[in-house]
Amino acid sequence: MESSLYLLVPLSVALVFLIGWVFWRALHGGQFDDLDRPGYSILEDDDPKPK
Amino acid sequence: MQVNMSRHPHPSMLVAGRCALPERQNRPPHMANILAAAPACFHCGAAVLEPRRWRSSVLGAEREFCCAGCEAVAGTIVAGGFEQYYATRSAAALQPQDLPPAAIYDDPDAQRQFAVRSGEHRRIATLILDRIRCAACLWLNEQWLRRLPGLVRVDINYATHRAQVEWDERETRLSRILEAIRAIGYDAWPFDPLRHASLERATRRAALWRLFVAGFGAMQVMMYAIPAYFDGGGTLPPESAQLLRWASLALTLPVIVFSCGPFFAAAWRDLQGRRIGLDTPIALGIAAGFGASVWATVSGSGEVYFDSISMLVFLLLGARYAELLARSRAARGLDRLSRWMPSFALRLSGEAQEKVAAHTLAAGDRVLVPAGERVPADGTVERGCSSADESLLTGESVPVAKAAGSTLIGGSVNVEQPLTMRVTQVGAETAAAAIARLVERAAAARPALVASADRIARVLTYVVVGTALLAYLGSGNPWIAVAVLVVTCPCALALAAPIALTAAAARLLEQGVALTRSGALEALARAGDIVLDKTGTLTTGRLALARTERFGSLGEQDCIALARALEASSRHPIARAFGEGPCAADVSALMNVPGHGVEACVAGRRVRIGQAAFCAELAGSPAPGGGERTAAWLADASGWLARFALEDPLRAGAASLVQSLHAAGLRVHLVSGDAPRVVEALARSLGIASFAGGATPQDKSAFVQRLQGEGRVVAMLGDGLNDAPVLARADVSIAMGNGSEIAQLHSDLVLLGERLGAVPEALAGARRTLRVIGQNFAWALAYNAVALPAAAAGWVGPWEAAVGMAASSFIVVLNALRLAGRGRADSTWKAASTSSFLSRSRSYS
Repeated sequence: MESSLYLLVPLSVALVFLIGWVFWRALHGGQFDDLDRPGYSILEDDDPKPK
Repeated sequence: MQVNMSRHPHPSMLVAGRCALPERQNRPPHMANILAAAPACFHCGAAVLEPRRWRSSVLGAEREFCCAGCEAVAGTIVAGGFEQYYATRSAAALQPQDLPPAAIYDDPDAQRQFAVRSGEHRRIATLILDRIRCAACLWLNEQWLRRLPGLVRVDINYATHRAQVEWDERETRLSRILEAIRAIGYDAWPFDPLRHASLERATRRAALWRLFVAGFGAMQVMMYAIPAYFDGGGTLPPESAQLLRWASLALTLPVIVFSCGPFFAAAWRDLQGRRIGLDTPIALGIAAGFGASVWATVSGSGEVYFDSISMLVFLLLGARYAELLARSRAARGLDRLSRWMPSFALRLSGEAQEKVAAHTLAAGDRVLVPAGERVPADGTVERGCSSADESLLTGESVPVAKAAGSTLIGGSVNVEQPLTMRVTQVGAETAAAAIARLVERAAAARPALVASADRIARVLTYVVVGTALLAYLGSGNPWIAVAVLVVTCPCALALAAPIALTAAAARLLEQGVALTRSGALEALARAGDIVLDKTGTLTTGRLALARTERFGSLGEQDCIALARALEASSRHPIARAFGEGPCAADVSALMNVPGHGVEACVAGRRVRIGQAAFCAELAGSPAPGGGERTAAWLADASGWLARFALEDPLRAGAASLVQSLHAAGLRVHLVSGDAPRVVEALARSLGIASFAGGATPQDKSAFVQRLQGEGRVVAMLGDGLNDAPVLARADVSIAMGNGSEIAQLHSDLVLLGERLGAVPEALAGARRTLRVIGQNFAWALAYNAVALPAAAAGWVGPWEAAVGMAASSFIVVLNALRLAGRGRADSTWKAASTSSFLSRSRSYS
C-alpha cells in the first residue's frame, strides 16, 4: 500500500507538468487573448453584405 | 557618432551560436567556468573573453569591454559628457545589436503615418524606446537627445517608454535621431499601434502563464501537505512524509524560479542601486520562507511551508494580474483614438473603385465611404447626404448630419448612406491623431500627487524591512518576519493615484473632453470660481438671422432670397447668417465694396446690401429707425426694403451650464470683449451676478489675477485661439476645440465637441477622481497602520498576510476603476458594432 506512494506521487508531479504544458500550448495559441469578443461574436451577423 | 557593430560580432553571440540576448543563464554549462573567472564588461556586464583588447577610461579608471560595440558605445557616452549614467544606473546595459537601417523612416511616405508637421520645417513623432532597463537609461536618453543639433524638444514617458520628439528638418533627419539612440546602445522605432498591441499581448500572456504556474503548483503542493496536516497520531511513516516533502519541493521550485521572477528581478535591480524598492520586502519574504523550507527538507528536520509559500505567490500574482488588466484597460481608453482608423479604404479613380491600404491615401484623393464603415482620413464630403457618428471624438452620441461640403473626421462612422469624400488630412495629421498626441503628452507627466505618494511608499518599504528585522531578532521566529514583509502593502499606496488618474482621463475622453495636462484634474476639482467667455463659448460665434423688418412691399422670404443672392459669393461672417435655401436668380454686375456691402443687379434692378450709410446712397433717404443690434440693410433705387437683425445665438445648454455650475458651488463670472450692455443683458438672462464687458485680453487676465489674489482657484472656459493669454493665466483652462485647430490649443482640457454639458461633467469627474484618490490613500495608510503591528506581534500567518496584501491592492485598483464608469473595456467595441449593425440593417430595408 505504501509502496504505491512511490509510484503515485512522482506520477502526480509528472501530471502537473503535463497539464502545465497543455495550458502553455493553449495560452500561446491565443485562446486567452480576448475573453470578451467571442461572447459578442454570436450576435454579429456574418452574412455577406447586400450589393 | 554612428557605430558599426556588424564588423565585430559580440563574443557571446559566437558562444551561444545565435543572436540571443546575453543573459548568463542562456550560456551552455561548459562555458560557465571560463566565464566565472573572466572580468565583466563595464558596459553590458558580460564576461570579457579577450582581456586588454577593448579598453577605455570611464569614471576615472581604465575599464575592460567585451567587444568593439560596447567599447564604442561607452566611448560615445563618455565623449558626450554623460559618464554619470554609469554611476547612477541600476542595471547593466544590453549589448548593441545589428539593427535594420533607420533611413527607411526618412521616407516622406512612411513618415505620413507617424509624424506630423508642427511648423514650416518642424515635425513631431512618437517613438518607442526599447532595451530600457531602469530610470537611469531614460535619463541618459533624454539628456543625450537634448544635445542633438536640430532636435527641438524631447519628452519621455517613464511609464510607457514612449518618447515624443520634435525636430527641424533643415538641420536633422529622423534617422539621425534613431541612430543617435542606437549609438548609446538602445533601440527606438516610431510608435506603431499594431506593434504596441503585440507587445502588450506578449506581456499579458507571460503574466497569465506565471499566474497559472503558481496557481497550479500551489494547488498540488496543498494536496501533498494535507497528509501531514491530518497526521495527528504519527500514523504517517517518516519515509512517506519525506517523499511528500520532496514532491512539494519539486513543484514549488518552478513557482519560485519562474513565477517569482519579476519580484526577484526588481529586488535585484534595487539592490544594485543600493535602495529598497516596492518589491524588495516581498522578494525577501519569499526567499526566506523558501530557503528555510528547503533546509528543513534536505536535513530532514523542522517544518516545511511550501504550501504557504506557493499559495502566497499565487495570491500576489493574482493581484498583479488584475492590476495589469486594470491598467491596460484604463490606458486603452486613451489609445483608442489612434487605433480606430480603418485599415482599408475604397479609393476612386474616375468611376472605378480600388481597395487600398488606408495609409497609402494622400491629400486630394477621392474616397468612397460605404454606409456603416469608418471614415479612413479627415476630409470633406463631395457627394451624398448622410450622418456621421463622431462619438469617438466628441462624446456626442447623436449622429451629425453630413452633406456636400461638410467636414468628415477620420475614424467616425458613416451611418446612413454612402458618401464620396475628398481627403484633406491623413495619418498623423488627422484630428484624432492630434488629440491622441495631446493626451499622450499629458500622460507623460507625473503630477505632484503621484510623486508624493511614491515618496511615502518608498519610506514605508524601509520601515517594513526594519520592522521585519526587529521582529525576527525579538522573537527568533522567521515566520513572523515573513508575515511582516508580506502583509504590508506599499503598492496600494503607490497605485492609489496613477490608476485613478488614468481611468479618469480615459473616461473624460469618452465624454468628449481631452485632458492635456495631468495635474489639471486636481486644480479643476479645487476650483472655486469659473470665468466664462462669451463669443464662441457661450454663443456659437457664428452670426444668425434673428429678425427681419420689412419697409417695402417685398415679402420677408423674398427679401431673404435677395440677400442670399447678393451674399452668395461673399466670405464675410454676415453672409453665412442667411444660410442656405432659395436664392433669387439672375444676378449680374456683382460688386463687392469691402467694409460697406455688396451691390448687384438682380432681375434688372440695382440692389444693395450692407451698412445703413452704404444703402442710403441708393435708397435716397436716411435709414428708417435704427438699433444697436448688429444689422444688415437691404435697399434698391426705389427705397428701403428690409433690415436684418443679426445676432450671435446662444449655444444649446448655455443656461443649464450656468445652472449646473452654480449647483456645483462655483462662483460664475462672465467676461467678454463685447459691448458692456450686451454682456450685461446676457449675464442677467443667465443669472450670472459677476460680469464685465468691453474687456481687452489684458483686462481679462487682470480679472482672473484679481480673483487669484483673493485666494481663489480659478478655472477659465474660453475660445482656445483668441483667449490664449487668459487661459494661460487661470489655474485650470478649458478650451472649446474645433476639429483641425485642436493641436494648436494651449489649454489643460479641450472640449472636443460643441456640447457645453461636458464642462460640468468634467468638473464632477475631477471631483470624483480626487475623492477616490483620497479614499485610496486613506485605505492604504489605514491598512498598513493596522497590518504592520499585527504581523509584528505574530498574529498573522504568512498566507493570511498574502491574502491581506493582495486584497489591499485589489481594493485600491477596483476603487480607481469605478472612475472608468460603467463603460467597460469593450464598450467602444460594442458601440462600434452596434452602430455598424444598425446601419447595415438600415441598408437592407
